[in-house]
Amino acid sequence: MQDLLGLEDLTAREIDELLDLAQALREVVDRPIKKVPTLRGRAVVNLFFEPSTRTRSSFELASKYLSADVINFSGSHSSVQKGETIWDTAQNLTALGVDAVVVRHGTSGVPRQLADLLRVPVINAGDGSHEHPTQGLLDLLTVRQCKGTISGLKVAIVGDVLHSRVARSDLFGFRALGAEVTLVGPPALMPDSFAGPGVRITHNLAEGMRGADVVQVLRIQRERQAGGYIPSLEEYRERWGITRHRLQWADADVVVLHPGPQNRGVEIDSDVLDGESSRVLSQVTNGVAVRMAVLYRLLGGTYDEPR
Amino acid sequence: MAILLDADAMRRALVRIAHQIVEKNQGIDDLVFVGIRRRGVPLAERIAQSVALSEGRRPSVGVLDIGLYRDDWARRPFAPVEATTFREPIDGKIVVLVDDVLFTGRTVRAAIDALLDFGRPRVIQLAVLVDRGHRELPIRADYVGKSTPTARSEKIRVLVREVDGLDQVELVKRPEGGA
Repeated sequence: MQDLLGLEDLTAREIDELLDLAQALREVVDRPIKKVPTLRGRAVVNLFFEPSTRTRSSFELASKYLSADVINFSGSHSSVQKGETIWDTAQNLTALGVDAVVVRHGTSGVPRQLADLLRVPVINAGDGSHEHPTQGLLDLLTVRQCKGTISGLKVAIVGDVLHSRVARSDLFGFRALGAEVTLVGPPALMPDSFAGPGVRITHNLAEGMRGADVVQVLRIQRERQAGGYIPSLEEYRERWGITRHRLQWADADVVVLHPGPQNRGVEIDSDVLDGESSRVLSQVTNGVAVRMAVLYRLLGGTYDEPR
Repeated sequence: MAILLDADAMRRALVRIAHQIVEKNQGIDDLVFVGIRRRGVPLAERIAQSVALSEGRRPSVGVLDIGLYRDDWARRPFAPVEATTFREPIDGKIVVLVDDVLFTGRTVRAAIDALLDFGRPRVIQLAVLVDRGHRELPIRADYVGKSTPTARSEKIRVLVREVDGLDQVELVKRPEGGA
């Protein structure tokens, strides 16, 4: 493994290894002194061309807990505004001596192109509507902690599947580890291209949630209303919002996930979000552990040589 | 391949170490064992068991993975890290680190660094089943099952029932220049 571009590229074994590593590193996040010397003397750049607080902070803390040095580079206050291309920006950053690049970009495929260009590992922190692999991994880790295993679980991913990189990473990850995935959402927000082995598509919320062990609630972006994909946020909630009542369609021990930031009272009601089935705060903590695992995996050791 | 310790000799060595630990610390108050993953952990469990037989109470055994504290991580193949767990805080405790083989001392250095990130033990002591020499750091063991001179090219293999299915310590001669 040289880069982390998407979960679609990974085997079940590689995913499991990353989850095991993240589970072990989770202990560091829970320590009173959250610091291990592992990546001392390494530098990581967070190259974010889209606004992000949560993911960037999570990557930043993951690097810092492993003792790497971090620089944050945001597309809106930088040489990019002076006309520099992203490729030149990235090459200049690696010429500064950066050992890994974490990149978020609004266009799908930018991390892969950067990975082809750069000699250092590239980690995809979300690209367009393609993938958000560390989010997929943290969802898998959170579910594995609750259920013990992923294999055989019924997973419903509800909402704007079409525009969601989280949905894609979740789909690839959960399917690779043997879960049955159901994609649920309005027809206008549901691509047909996802149909395939281990994946079911439905436009009926009750049917999609029936007996689900996991419900991943996707964020509905307000701009979708302007784009004509949904009539209004009120109407979206009316038909697709996860309410306490609708949660009863799922398994009694259902785990509710949301990648955040949440629109309370739109795609998910407050009493579900704050309720006993919700694991959204574990997701956030696990996110740091997962990102530590990815950094350790890509920067730690000459991993591709035989022992 | 030569057998340095068979199962009986190993058992006796661990029982002796257990008695020495109790004697040196004048009892088992504040005593905590910490096994260095992987084979240090079952050895620590057995020493704790021996202590329990003579003292009537079993000290707790923590598990330490030093993967995050290695000084040679960039030169080694990727190795997965497993969880470090202590059953009780180590602040103010007498921590006995347990490992299978003491060689360069670098593993113990890493283990001490790791321990200190979890708290401030009153004392850290070191128990090893085999001391084979060739230290690269100023580190020595407080309790040793067997001291044996070795050539650098040789390898000590410690097999434990819990991991390998049998108890045995072997000295493996390797061809010159072999890795």
